Amino acid sequence: MNPEIALPILIPLMSGAVSLVFWRSRLMQRLVAVGGTAGLLITALWLLASVNREGILVMHMGNWAAPFGISLVADLLGAIMVVLTGIIGFAVAIYSLATAGRGHEAYGYFPLMHLLLAGVAGAFLTGDIFNLYVWFEVMLVASFALLILGSEKAQMEGAIKYVTLNLLSSVIFLIAVGLLYGMVGTLNMADIARRLAAVEDQGMVDALAMMFMVAFGIKAAAFPLFFWLPASYHTPPVAVSALFAGLLTKVGVYALFRVFTLIFHHSPGYTHEILLWGAGLTMLSGVLGAAAQFEFRRILSFHIVSQIGYMILGLALFTPLAIVGGVFYIMHHIIVKANLFLVSGIVHRLGGSYQLKRLGGFYRSHPWLAVLFLIPALSLAGIPPLSGFLAKFIVIRAGIEAEAYGVTAIALLVGLLTLYSMIKIWSEVFWKSTPPEGDVAPYPEVRQRELWLMAAPVVGLGLCTLFIGLYPAPIHALAEASAAQLLDPDAYIRAVLGEGAEVLP
Amino acid sequence: MEPLMAVAIGILFAAAIYMMLRRSIVKLVIGLMLLSNAANLLIFSTAGMTRGAPPLVPEGLTAPEGAIADPLPQALVLTAIVIAFGVLSFAVVLVRRAWEIVRADDLDKMKDTDT
Repeated sequence: MNPEIALPILIPLMSGAVSLVFWRSRLMQRLVAVGGTAGLLITALWLLASVNREGILVMHMGNWAAPFGISLVADLLGAIMVVLTGIIGFAVAIYSLATAGRGHEAYGYFPLMHLLLAGVAGAFLTGDIFNLYVWFEVMLVASFALLILGSEKAQMEGAIKYVTLNLLSSVIFLIAVGLLYGMVGTLNMADIARRLAAVEDQGMVDALAMMFMVAFGIKAAAFPLFFWLPASYHTPPVAVSALFAGLLTKVGVYALFRVFTLIFHHSPGYTHEILLWGAGLTMLSGVLGAAAQFEFRRILSFHIVSQIGYMILGLALFTPLAIVGGVFYIMHHIIVKANLFLVSGIVHRLGGSYQLKRLGGFYRSHPWLAVLFLIPALSLAGIPPLSGFLAKFIVIRAGIEAEAYGVTAIALLVGLLTLYSMIKIWSEVFWKSTPPEGDVAPYPEVRQRELWLMAAPVVGLGLCTLFIGLYPAPIHALAEASAAQLLDPDAYIRAVLGEGAEVLP
Repeated sequence: MEPLMAVAIGILFAAAIYMMLRRSIVKLVIGLMLLSNAANLLIFSTAGMTRGAPPLVPEGLTAPEGAIADPLPQALVLTAIVIAFGVLSFAVVLVRRAWEIVRADDLDKMKDTDT
């Protein structure tokens, strides 16, 4: 019996319920937010330690044996993702103490945040494809509500696009699950993987694989399905932006990794080739979109898209090294991206704007903030010795070894353009002199305590980046082990269905 | 029965996509509703139509006699209907609030966040 498999889902759900009970008490909601996310992080680390020690862990809900009941399955990739969820959740909870306005908190900011984390953790841990759909919906509903907290005009416009496209993706996912059930008569992912090889009509399997690719591609914001992301991610309160940027698209990427290594790995010449070109175009269109922007959070939003391309590239190359690179990239990216959004929030709080034109002089007035920005920014661009360098290095090396030169060239070029975008922010926000006063509304004075609360998570995430960059051996070993698990679906099937389950030819 | 269902589901999908491609946000929501219902019907029919054979085990036996209707798709549909209901009611409220704030029913007038 391993309670740590279910705890990362139960703790956020319980914290959400508890903070609903204390609807009117601001203090209690804040305490529960910090305590609940800290609990999530601790149990996630516990889970990672047990999975690392004992291999894939399985828990059958209600003790219904594997193909009949819902199983929670924690393999290394799932456990790593849950740990990252915990880190981002905890960082954002602390940051929110300073940035969440009273208006937001009064309308359930913290309960929604817990619900979102529960949905994300559930999606990472479930071993049942319909249950995955349910967790996606839990996460989506929470994100819908968080996105429109505050009800500003831009939020409404962004939310309509976000809601429509994400609902469309859910429906495609649901249809694909239905058709899959019609073909193999089971919903357990391990059982599906086992039976799918025996299906006669392999053309139908490829069609289903494409439906899953489109459904998860919309969630992951892959080309050409990413338009909802840059239209909405810069509109909500900044802590929400950071939470979304760190976790939501990565749930889509995780689902792609899971489905295309476990279930649809029989015809990589077809599906993974499409993924490969999708990855290349995702990188390129994202980074070019960012080059045209002059708003802090919009630049960062477009860079989410381009970075998603690298992760999908790792999956699409489908060699052991490439999968290692993809997993490593996910770990690095979640931390760095959320961190950049948090920095943009501090800049906004101090400078009163997200427009690069209206900001300036931060290097002179807040040199520590400049350092805190440079760490994730240079890491995103892939400058050694930061975490992004190693992540990019592995993916690109895998690309060269797989002789996919076209996509590898795109990946290198995109690295360069990412550096351009980061330098653009650097020179506009930090380097150039402060723009003349006048059109900027006077901003309320920042209290020291508030500033500390905002800076602490940024420092913490920056230290994580430095740690991954300077001492990558343990992280790399984790990525390698999880890639080995992903490339051996039979082990997953045996872990879920029991040793006796024969793998159908 | 199955061909009829297939045609009905196809018509629902076509209508849903047509409505979603209109510019009005109200029609967009109607399109989403039709779309989710089409998906629900599709799941309902995946296990095939079985008439008059409820999945019940007669007294004294441990397994049902003969062919029975597959109960699982119906459970899935029930879950999907509930989720779709929640999400769509959110969408309706969102559209109303968006109309109150933006004062437009036209998606072409909601392009501030796109550029």
